Amino acid sequence: MSMRLATGGRVIDRTRPIEFTFDGRVMRGYEGDTVASALLANGQLLMGRSFKYHRPRSVVASGAEEPNALMTIGKGGRETPNVRATEQLLEEGLEVRSQNAWPSLGLDIGRINDFGARFLPAGFYYKTFIHPRPFWKHVFEPFIRKAAGLGPAPTRPDEDRYEFTYDFCDVLVVGGGIAGLIAARDAAADGARVMLVERGPHFGGRAVIDGDVIDGQPAEDWVKAVVQELAAMENVTLLTRCEGSGVYDHGYVLCDEAVSGPVRQRLRRVRAGHVIAATGALERPLSFAGNDLPGVLLASALRDYVVAHGVSVGDRTVIVTNNDDAYRTAKVLIEAGLRVPAILDARTEVDSPLVSEVKALGVDVHLGRALAKVLGPSHVSGVAVCLQAGEGAVMQEISCDCVAMSGGWSPVVHLWSHCGGKLFWDEERAMFRPDPNRPPTGADGKGFVTCVGAASGALTTAEVVASASNGTPPEVEPETTTPIAPVWIMPHGAGAKLRAKMWLDFQNDVKVSDVRLAAQEGFESVEHAKRYTTLGMATDQGKLSNINGLAVLSERLDTPIPQVGTTTFRPPYTPITLGALAGEAKGDLFQPLRQTPMHDWHVEAGAYMEPVGHWRRPYCYPKGRESHAQAVEREVKTVREALGMLDASTLGKLLVRGPDAGRFLDMLYTNMMSNLKPGRCRYGLMCDENGFLIDDGVVARIDEQTWLCHTTTGGADRIHAWMEDWLQCEWWDWKVHVVNLTEQFAQIAVVGPNARKVLEKLGGMDLSAEALPFMAWAEDELGGFPVRVFRISFSGELSYEIAVAAGQGRALWDRLMAEGQPFGMTPYGTEALHVLRAEKGFIMIGDETDGTVVPQDLGLDWAISKKKTDYLGKRGQMRPEFHKPDRWKLVGLETLDGSVLEEGAYAVARGTNANGQQNVEGRVTSTYYSPTLGRGIAMGLVARGPQRMGDILRFTRIGKEPQEARIVSPVFYDPEGEKQNV
Amino acid sequence: MSDITVSTPGPIGMITLRGAMEVLGSVVTKVTGCALPERRKFSVSGAYAALWMSPDELLLVCDHDEADEIAKRLTTELGAAFATVAVVSDARAVFDLAGPEAHRALAKLCPVDFPRLAENEVRRTRMAQVPAALWRHGEGWRVVCFRSVAGYAERLLTNAAA
Amino acid sequence: MLILTCPYCGIDADETELAPGGEAHLKREGPDSSDDAFEAYLFARDNVRGIHLERWRHAYGCGKWFLAARDTATLEVLGTYSAQTSEPPAEIRTRIQERQAR
Repeated sequence: MSMRLATGGRVIDRTRPIEFTFDGRVMRGYEGDTVASALLANGQLLMGRSFKYHRPRSVVASGAEEPNALMTIGKGGRETPNVRATEQLLEEGLEVRSQNAWPSLGLDIGRINDFGARFLPAGFYYKTFIHPRPFWKHVFEPFIRKAAGLGPAPTRPDEDRYEFTYDFCDVLVVGGGIAGLIAARDAAADGARVMLVERGPHFGGRAVIDGDVIDGQPAEDWVKAVVQELAAMENVTLLTRCEGSGVYDHGYVLCDEAVSGPVRQRLRRVRAGHVIAATGALERPLSFAGNDLPGVLLASALRDYVVAHGVSVGDRTVIVTNNDDAYRTAKVLIEAGLRVPAILDARTEVDSPLVSEVKALGVDVHLGRALAKVLGPSHVSGVAVCLQAGEGAVMQEISCDCVAMSGGWSPVVHLWSHCGGKLFWDEERAMFRPDPNRPPTGADGKGFVTCVGAASGALTTAEVVASASNGTPPEVEPETTTPIAPVWIMPHGAGAKLRAKMWLDFQNDVKVSDVRLAAQEGFESVEHAKRYTTLGMATDQGKLSNINGLAVLSERLDTPIPQVGTTTFRPPYTPITLGALAGEAKGDLFQPLRQTPMHDWHVEAGAYMEPVGHWRRPYCYPKGRESHAQAVEREVKTVREALGMLDASTLGKLLVRGPDAGRFLDMLYTNMMSNLKPGRCRYGLMCDENGFLIDDGVVARIDEQTWLCHTTTGGADRIHAWMEDWLQCEWWDWKVHVVNLTEQFAQIAVVGPNARKVLEKLGGMDLSAEALPFMAWAEDELGGFPVRVFRISFSGELSYEIAVAAGQGRALWDRLMAEGQPFGMTPYGTEALHVLRAEKGFIMIGDETDGTVVPQDLGLDWAISKKKTDYLGKRGQMRPEFHKPDRWKLVGLETLDGSVLEEGAYAVARGTNANGQQNVEGRVTSTYYSPTLGRGIAMGLVARGPQRMGDILRFTRIGKEPQEARIVSPVFYDPEGEKQNV
Repeated sequence: MSDITVSTPGPIGMITLRGAMEVLGSVVTKVTGCALPERRKFSVSGAYAALWMSPDELLLVCDHDEADEIAKRLTTELGAAFATVAVVSDARAVFDLAGPEAHRALAKLCPVDFPRLAENEVRRTRMAQVPAALWRHGEGWRVVCFRSVAGYAERLLTNAAA
Repeated sequence: MLILTCPYCGIDADETELAPGGEAHLKREGPDSSDDAFEAYLFARDNVRGIHLERWRHAYGCGKWFLAARDTATLEVLGTYSAQTSEPPAEIRTRIQERQAR
């Protein structure tokens, strides 16, 4: 029975009790407890159910490597699944719930899987859930979804705040044990900027638990002194509860920091000149039958609970090991008044001071021995002992309630490996260690990560301090130890029945028999065996299973371990919440929304705003109870009959200037722009080098050397970058400057038969038809506002686009609104804009173009200069594909019954193609209800369209019979273009 | 970080100058008194500042109402030389961060080694998801970004300063 | 998360300040070019495992395009240089040769 010891517990404060709940039951612990230590103190050994077989599980470890005790913490907007009980510190009122068990942890129906384990080996799902096929959607998939996963996904938005910081340092030391402290101190002594991050709440690592002596002091005192020394140095930053999570290119390291206060977690984005990984080592389990039963733990974890938390897991602990280190646990247990009936050492010869010391305490040490199996049924009640060299014949049974196992130690080499550092297999120590000759390299081609301490393979304190210091290491007594004897299954000759109960990956329920099955099925590479069995693929990323698993594979394949190799280590070291990765970017900081100077007016006027990239633009302005369709209809009608106003500020405005500006624009546009006269405007097309249309807009000639190019809203930044690319990388000796003035000006379109009247009411410049004809521009004062007015029209009506400094945009808008009322002024949005231009057959980039359309497809041959020998896209357009006689070209479409064609509808043609698909001969590119014509109108691309005027086509409808439409001119309204010319 | 404040100083005049530094330098000094700034630095003269933006771009800062006139004078002085002058005052939003450790708020948003920035350095970078320029201003920092994202930038800075 | 030094403004720019631009030193083929040459210009790109000459733009900084010689396998950067040139400067060419000889 696990319980709190009467005395002891370095990190707990017995004067500060804390109350928490576990599966609804109230329990008590102390400040400094983790959920794991507190549950053990309350006698709660059972902590979870395994993923696949729903076997009862308890803690195996005491830290980040814990695979079993996963809890759901908190609720509502703070609910967090899959939290390791060994890492979660107790807080007053903490709500803790076990996972993966129903109806309860103690009585879990899922246990049935365990009895059917024979039929559910690794990879069983590759051979099942296939037939009958119709069952997949309604039977198999829902069942699998329910059964899959560990903790439940939270359903409420995350209430907590997160943030990033960008940190810079010369040396980043990851790990605050004695190796990290020594490395940090030495690096800081040279004046370098040093950051030391420790993932736990305390500095000191294993040395403090294992009672090392450094410079003649107990490790605890030595650590305290060094931490104080470092804290006083200006060039040193010390952080606890901050994990070095991943090492990336060029010294970039992500650190995940738990914070108290309004912000919950902080992602430190560190740029380090050099990284020192003092990340320690993890103890390995031993693979014997029943090694997953509650009460079986790693030997070091057991003494962690006793020394750090004053908690014992059992009264009688049998220790099984293949190395010296586990003997420390015997000492700790006995000192705490607990019993150690036996130590089973797989080695046949052992001779070290530590072992002798333990024997002298009266502990029975049996050499050459192994565990045949652990006796259960639901938690440890005893062990069956056998010879390690044999097949598992039981020699005796020893009753106990706890088993401490140690299969050796694996250096934590993740940070070394993330960015390409290589490992070598140390046969003598039975571990993979960083190969100092093949470190991860940075921008200068040199290594930028160093491993020190246990992370480099050091096993004794003397080795650790020597590896960490770049000067004189602190004084530590050297130790002699008996070498480890690698034991990959226990006993050596165990048969299939025992192997099917030897757990490798506790979290994903992968056994020794599964890895051997993978090899048998032909998945021989370690990466394939991993995916086939899912060993190492759980949230613990195989911290306790990777080495044991590849060793089993290596034995099965009769290939040496170094040749089998490890799988790839990938960040994060432990799971990071999505909130931490998002930082501040949620809610109204999720994206940088772009707003025009008139934005507030649109919102107050009740506009329905739509996204156009990151911009928000008014789609329509519903009045009263109008639907969107009704608002659009009214807006279109009012613009054609009276007067409308549109916020056109988002369109790009690029100033292009210089002696070579004309030549430059002649290359960028299909039209001639160099011969555009000052004071005049010209509609231009831009293509990419493939020949496809990428943008359009009106270009105005400002003066001898200056043009102002308008682009689409989405094109502003894109075309600016496109222009700079050509000027910097291709024609770099041409004298041209481009300045992006998009945001310098607010732009307002004043449109309709009354447009001139309202502008003349403002007073100022001469806007008569003679002074400012169609496709001209003028700069002057209007109503006291300095403006530039472009007489251009996207609607086919009398139309002026007025540019004013952005700071005055709102004031001008208000003024025009007010003065326009007597003339029937209405604001109109992007949808009315689209309908108006469609009625005139004007194309829209993104509707009539989709990246495969050339200007010639859209009847825009007139915009392509015949005089130019070259322009961007010309060579592309020369390709035969664009000149095929049956190429799809732009036409107008009118349904026979006046209804509206569907978006994206296809014109159905006769027969099927080689794939058995229906032939098509056209598609709809834009389709609307036209209030002006009182019927549906559309534009589309149709095979030989312009030669087939009057032909009837059949267009698809979803879920209905096709509808018929006639091919007509795309200019539905005012074909002579009279209205824009008044 | 409740001792960091975010404020908007009101309209500021800004003029973009494009051209070779040899061409721009003497004209800028003549019209504003500012010395030609070194790479990534700014120079000050009275109410004017000249900021280095790129090898062929300067940003002039002045009173908002004076910008048009200064732009005209610059254009005149530049004459036929290959150079471009454009008023961009209204295209930008400006924020001032004040407080003893104001750079800690910026360090949450910008991948910049703030303690290593020189006294009169102009740093262009990304601020969370938008481009921004920043420099030391008084005891704190001045941050400039595009006008259209002013709302986002203000929320960003206020959130970081909290 | 690379760092590349912009040769124009001198900043050791974080990759998040930069926009990538693909292979450097492409030769534009115009209306006089053969189909093969034009096709190569549009679509054929070296996919180097080793030293790659590539374009980067300092999008969130000075806005200039620059070029980099970067080892795609080890991420070693042999140098960054001006975009207004048809080959790397001598100093970088030497470094590339030394590296390839190793």
